[in-house]
Amino acid sequence: MTARSTNRFVPTVVALAYALLVAMVLLALAGAPPIEALLRIVDGSLGSWDRVAATLLAWSPLVLASAGLVVTFAAGMWNIGVEGQIIMGAIAASWVAREVSADAAILVLATIVAGAVGGALWALLAGVLRTHGGVNEIFGGLGLDFLAAGIAIYLVIGPWKRQGVASTSGTEIFPDASFMPTMELFGADIPIVAVTLAILGTVGVYFLLRGTRFGLRLKAVGRSPRSAFIIGIPNNAYILSAFLVGGALAGVAGTVQVTGFHHKLVPAISGGYGFLGILVVLLAGFSAKWIGPIALFFIVVSAGSTQLELRLDLDSSFGGVLLGVIVLFVVFGTAFSQQRAKRRADTAGAEP
Amino acid sequence: MALELRDIHKHFGPVRANDGVTLTVEPGTLHGLLGENGAGKSTLMKVLSGFIEADAGEVVLDGDALALRSPADAIASGIGMLHQDPLVFLPFSVLDNFLLASPGAARLNRNEGRAELERMSAELGFSFDPSRTARSLTVGERQQLEITRLLWLGAKVLILDEPTTGISEIQREQLFDTLRRLARDGLIVIFVSHKLEEVEDLCESVTVMRSGKVVGEADMPVPAAQLVEMMFGRMIEEPDRPLSLAGPVAITLDSIDVRQGTTDISGLTLEVGAGEVIGLAGLEGSGQRTFLEALAGIVSVDGGTITMEGTDLTKRSYRDRLAAGVHYLPAGRLEEGLVEGLTIEEHVALTMPGQDFFLDWDAAERNSAASIDTYSIRGRPDSPAESLSGGNQQRLLLAMMPDELRLLLMEHPTRGLDIESADYVWTRILDRRPDGTAIVFASADIDELLRYADRIIVFFSGSVLRVLGAPETDGEALGYLIGGTERT
Amino acid sequence: MEATISSIIAAAAPLVYATMGETISEKSGVINLSLEGSLRLSAMTGFVVAFWADTAFAGFVAAAAVGALIAAIIAYGNIKLKINQIAIGFILALLAIDLASFFGDSFVGVRGEQVPPLPIPLLEDIPFFGKVLFDHNLVVYGSFVAIAVTSWYFYRTRGGLNLQGIGERPEGAFARGVPVNLLRTVYTVLGGAMVGIAGASYSLDVKLGWRETLTLNLGWIALAIVIFGGWHPVRVALGCYLFGALQIAAFHLQDVFPGIAQVLPIAPFPLMILALVLVSAGWFLALGERFPKLRGWLVLQPPGAIGTIFERE
Repeated sequence: MTARSTNRFVPTVVALAYALLVAMVLLALAGAPPIEALLRIVDGSLGSWDRVAATLLAWSPLVLASAGLVVTFAAGMWNIGVEGQIIMGAIAASWVAREVSADAAILVLATIVAGAVGGALWALLAGVLRTHGGVNEIFGGLGLDFLAAGIAIYLVIGPWKRQGVASTSGTEIFPDASFMPTMELFGADIPIVAVTLAILGTVGVYFLLRGTRFGLRLKAVGRSPRSAFIIGIPNNAYILSAFLVGGALAGVAGTVQVTGFHHKLVPAISGGYGFLGILVVLLAGFSAKWIGPIALFFIVVSAGSTQLELRLDLDSSFGGVLLGVIVLFVVFGTAFSQQRAKRRADTAGAEP
Repeated sequence: MALELRDIHKHFGPVRANDGVTLTVEPGTLHGLLGENGAGKSTLMKVLSGFIEADAGEVVLDGDALALRSPADAIASGIGMLHQDPLVFLPFSVLDNFLLASPGAARLNRNEGRAELERMSAELGFSFDPSRTARSLTVGERQQLEITRLLWLGAKVLILDEPTTGISEIQREQLFDTLRRLARDGLIVIFVSHKLEEVEDLCESVTVMRSGKVVGEADMPVPAAQLVEMMFGRMIEEPDRPLSLAGPVAITLDSIDVRQGTTDISGLTLEVGAGEVIGLAGLEGSGQRTFLEALAGIVSVDGGTITMEGTDLTKRSYRDRLAAGVHYLPAGRLEEGLVEGLTIEEHVALTMPGQDFFLDWDAAERNSAASIDTYSIRGRPDSPAESLSGGNQQRLLLAMMPDELRLLLMEHPTRGLDIESADYVWTRILDRRPDGTAIVFASADIDELLRYADRIIVFFSGSVLRVLGAPETDGEALGYLIGGTERT
Repeated sequence: MEATISSIIAAAAPLVYATMGETISEKSGVINLSLEGSLRLSAMTGFVVAFWADTAFAGFVAAAAVGALIAAIIAYGNIKLKINQIAIGFILALLAIDLASFFGDSFVGVRGEQVPPLPIPLLEDIPFFGKVLFDHNLVVYGSFVAIAVTSWYFYRTRGGLNLQGIGERPEGAFARGVPVNLLRTVYTVLGGAMVGIAGASYSLDVKLGWRETLTLNLGWIALAIVIFGGWHPVRVALGCYLFGALQIAAFHLQDVFPGIAQVLPIAPFPLMILALVLVSAGWFLALGERFPKLRGWLVLQPPGAIGTIFERE
């Protein structure tokens, strides 16, 4: 383990430095003072307790989705369908919020469970298409993403439409009892339940992969399916289980979006956290340990860059640009140093 | 127009695959290249066909030194290679396979191509339906297509790598006739094989390789005994063989048929005793692996039954057989046994007994330390599998074996290991016999087979040639059998 | 009726470029997953450059360059650095989407250059076909050429046969002396350039102008159409026109089924999944063996070595 982490650490830091340099250049090109821009970004996401609360509320679903992706990646799967899993989780949670009447605590719990189930089942679909239908999970997942998005749109402007005018701005606001509870601290509504779910999710995935037989076997399946088979591990069962777990976590992210943030169903309910989660996990080296801090970094940058729009007249997508450049550089940087190390090892083994 | 290979050297890491190989073939000759697995034949042919570059040495054709940096160079020089499994493009038509990568105008004239295909194949005595897919052709037909193509492109040297695996008798005779005709027309034909009878039948001269070097060259006819001796080396006095501990019958194979790829075993009946050691001899690809996988349940038998201690295993899956006490150790230690990226401790944890959900890492730590100690594995608990040497990987695989075993299946257990590691591996394996574990192992090492096996099954060309008791035979006889003939 | 078909063909032209480019790339074995981002970034770049240069042509050149550059990054990362094609493609998709928004922000709502209409004299007077095929502009005529050239190249030239070989079984092609990795790079970059042209076609012709939602989801849809069309240029092009027809149909059905316009873009994806399932089950293979003449049309197999990294030894 240690040998591998040090292998990644140095090239990652170097790549980060280059990426920041590129970011500065891009900012300069767009006519904005780089240092001030970066400071504005931090201010925009952490500058006040209200902003911190908003950052945490965005951080939670990203972490949940990322945690789910760590599990599917461990099984060797590219779970591109994660966006659809968030959406289906959100839809399931919305259904509960609308149809079920119960006390607040029970209702919130029910939405969380519903989200997990919705996401898990949708992920299972992608998994079965792969294990039994021979459909690559990348394209199967992509297709299911769009299918889920279509279902969400259909619900929003159809059966669940707002009274009077059907609008793609969303359904009616869900009953108060379904709102994910917050805690008032320093004058802001800190999303304590959402954050707890995120932490539980990350910690849970970490221990699942590190401390259980299931996790270890899953890793074997992901790294070497043939060896896993010889050892006697039923590959398909493990792959499907990984999709179930990953989908469940993504589904809970959907719940957070519905009951914690929007309080209604909107077409763009996933917030892009699924795909963003893939970037987080790529940067985290597929390990659960780092997704918390990296996701925070991602949210700080993207939430904070909305400030850029207001103050420096820069499009808020700069945050996404910065993050994309960083991930690109890190991925290329680590691959480059791996190739170099390999080449050295090959020539070293040679004897005249 | 002779082909000369001068002092070819090629190494892979510390392994010297070609260690100063020199050989000359005159035009119009059918030249055989004999040797067992690992002798260096395939490496030499890969150098000749441009797939890999030699570290040192020259290839000279017709007086010109050739620069062979890629297959394109080889083709341009007129060297054509027919692979054991012809590299055809399965979904494409026969005609497209014929035309792909051929030189010519940018615009592809398929009518012209079709005419050329007909012409060339008629000259050679073959016939093809240009619109069928390559997938629908048999191996023999694919070979014919490749030969047609190579000759159409003007090959002056034709290399055939073990071409008779997986083709019918008739196709083989056709192939040999074709090759003889080509030699008469002045081509250089190099026939790489391990099959003595075919080399005797076809070749006018032969080179024998062993351990990366040329150990003999001769014009045919040469007594088979001499060929065998050159291929396998002088047989050393058999060292003490361990006493056989074969007990009552534990595993019964009743008239099993196994048909898979080029393997065609029919009606094999065998009774294996508890604690008996059975060796599978034969050149790689002769059916041993398929046989092992049939015993393991990875490949299904097409007829007959397999019974182990009263239980009918024939229809049972691989995982069921694992539970019943079967264990399979394929030859690819990193590809089919260990998981790259996982450490020794993680491997031990993977195969620790117990069904708890939570892993007891303390127990794993203790067990892996114990395993490292017991099996003298040079590595730390946190060493990833790929960082271990071959010998230590094998020791780890041994450490991962369950305690209770009825049948141990191994493919090349000591391949690539030094003598010390090999001896150690065998000591541990033989330790299992008193518990009643039957052992079936495939090996390319005749010494190993003779030393450890109670009985030997010789595989040749996809089926079982002979089953014989090890004490009753010797290296020379086995060499003959592996080459497909009997010692007379 | 003619006007409808004519507008479908015109509206689908950019998608045709994008799918032809992706088909070429994937046929050689390289998946360019960045389409969604490439399309947007090249659309924006094309628009901006055309605006500055006062001519649409410059915009097209710039857009093609952007598409080619993104594809080159994928080719380099995959072939030289052995990075998974999906990983690079995905990262670049998201990055390019954001780059397009970032730099394009100040050009939203701006009126830019436009490709002038170019009806072909004489031919445009042919009843029915005249209006449908010959009353367009260079972009649309170019899309016809793209389909024709791609199809002709694949199935009627040596280079095209070799291209198919690279994607199907690179070891086999390599053994025959074909420079696999070099050609994969060339075809991937070429495919990317065509995607770039597609992007410019959106911002300088079909949709005119730049906004974030200009090519919404069309990149992903292009990927689906390539699969659904079985990597065969003519079938893929038909898929584009079919999709265009669906969009027009959705537009007209707005009043009857409100919101259908938003839901209909989903349609290619279930079709893609269905196609993949059937391919995997070997249906089309069996049919192809039964009817060899039809095989060219029935084969929906992906190139055998798609997505893989070719290593010499």
